[in-house]
Amino acid sequence: MKPSIEKLAEKGFLFSALLSASITILIFSFMVFFSFPLFKGGDIAAFFTLEWNPCEGGFGIVPMMVGTGIIASLALLIATPFGIGCSALISVFSTGYFGRFLRKVVEFMTGIPTVIYGFIAIFLLVPFIREIFKKGTGMCVLSASIMLALLILPTIILFISDAFNSVPKNYLDAADSLGATPVQKLVYVIIPSAWKGIISALVLAAGRAVGDTLISLMIAGNALQIPRGLSDAARTLTAHIALIIASDYESPEFKSIFVCGLILFFFTTLIILVLRLLGYFKILRNR
Amino acid sequence: MNRFVEYQIKLFCWISGVVLIGAIGILLAFLFNKGISSLNLSLIFGETRLLDGLLLKTEVVDGLFPAIIGTLLLIITSIIWAIPIGVAAGIYLAEYCNIKWKPVFNLMLDVLAGIPSILVGLFGFAVSVFLHKHLSEHIYPCFLISSLALACLVLPYIIRTTEQSLVNLPFSIKTTGLALGASRLQNILFILIPYNLSRIISGIILAIGRCAEDTAVIMLTGVVAMAGIPNSLLSQYEALPFYIFYISSDYNSQEELMKGFGACIILLSICVFLFALSHILKRRAVMRFTTHT
Repeated sequence: MKPSIEKLAEKGFLFSALLSASITILIFSFMVFFSFPLFKGGDIAAFFTLEWNPCEGGFGIVPMMVGTGIIASLALLIATPFGIGCSALISVFSTGYFGRFLRKVVEFMTGIPTVIYGFIAIFLLVPFIREIFKKGTGMCVLSASIMLALLILPTIILFISDAFNSVPKNYLDAADSLGATPVQKLVYVIIPSAWKGIISALVLAAGRAVGDTLISLMIAGNALQIPRGLSDAARTLTAHIALIIASDYESPEFKSIFVCGLILFFFTTLIILVLRLLGYFKILRNR
Repeated sequence: MNRFVEYQIKLFCWISGVVLIGAIGILLAFLFNKGISSLNLSLIFGETRLLDGLLLKTEVVDGLFPAIIGTLLLIITSIIWAIPIGVAAGIYLAEYCNIKWKPVFNLMLDVLAGIPSILVGLFGFAVSVFLHKHLSEHIYPCFLISSLALACLVLPYIIRTTEQSLVNLPFSIKTTGLALGASRLQNILFILIPYNLSRIISGIILAIGRCAEDTAVIMLTGVVAMAGIPNSLLSQYEALPFYIFYISSDYNSQEELMKGFGACIILLSICVFLFALSHILKRRAVMRFTTHT
């Protein structure tokens, strides 16, 4: 091929890479651009108050931040023990038929669209929760957390079981030759040497739980309040962005969704940096 | 550790496995139990005759046909934006990028891959507002904006799989072409990419699956409940995942609800098929790869 074509192709490849990387910067710039008047006006503090009441000038997004925090942490709390249990089953206890079947099911779960989880939950889980609490609509923090836990479980299980599988074989052989039972191997050898993988999986799952829109939008109830219990409705930052219908592009309401956007952006960046610190991407890329 | 604790731990693991499979089983059984009866041609075409609907002679009003076509068009358009840029960027990162700049690209792309999809939707929405104000009064959230935003969403997947498929090739494959006098570009285009093509395609299919299932991006960038088949890039459109979301909050009759269940089964089948295909291709690529080294 002619040298000129080689040069041209290289330029094209470089341009594509720059374009892709600049999308991240563009997203950040747009969030800042649309919320900037608020920072300049000095009334940014008003957004970090407790009241969302556009008619009376209250644009506090703290309820949404608390809602996101509670729903996501609860989902993680539910998913973590199940995740570790299932990964241990797949990688240690049941390497035979059942373990392989479980892994297939988990891989299948990664292909289920979130909107379908939400749809089924409305007609299956929500009435059930309503019966249990005997009050409210059943669209509450607990319903959303349970479905969210189900959504992030595949991420947790697949990643932890890969971390378990990558424990050096001579460690396991050493444990075997000392007469360790499978449970002892898991508790004293596999978990201590795969702890970075476990933490990475949980951080990754936290990112997914915070970033998910559809489940909290469909079944968390979207109430503008700080939830006081499991049966209270709540609104997440993501749902707040999805719900906004502002025709006036200059209004503080409209700008406030970009503040929510900025918070989510910073959170994502933080997660990525933590994962880097844990060496997650090295594990991922060497797979 | 005494026997009892060991037994408890093991029991817990088995219970969590069984609970997980049980939960998914119940969800799917519920979905299919409710939705299977509504799966027929009138779900898709409503009252319209099959051929007339397919050939766009008459507009399908009360069926899923416009939503399915909307989703398909959306997937195709987004992928057309994303493939060339994604593959080219992947090639750059794997073959050309120097050590100094690589961490910067990696950080940007990792953040992009981790950004919640609603933010990508908000970005698309902001772009359309910006263009509306500064370029033309006629630009509103539309099909074009949606497809571009979805392309941004899936770009990191395509870039990463392309990069990985090139980086992980054995040294002998990477250098044989060069030793025989091929130029750098020839080596990439005619040897490295064809060698691991199925891995790249698996990444693209995964991206297609993400386009098909994503709801958060499109709901901010122009999807509506009733629009028919889009007739231009600047018109609004319908899509299957949004239809499901809309029905869940806004159904008027039991019949409409049943159509929602039917739509769920259709979307689920599409997505699971795509993910399975991607998985098989990836596995085949890995197997071929290990037999050669």
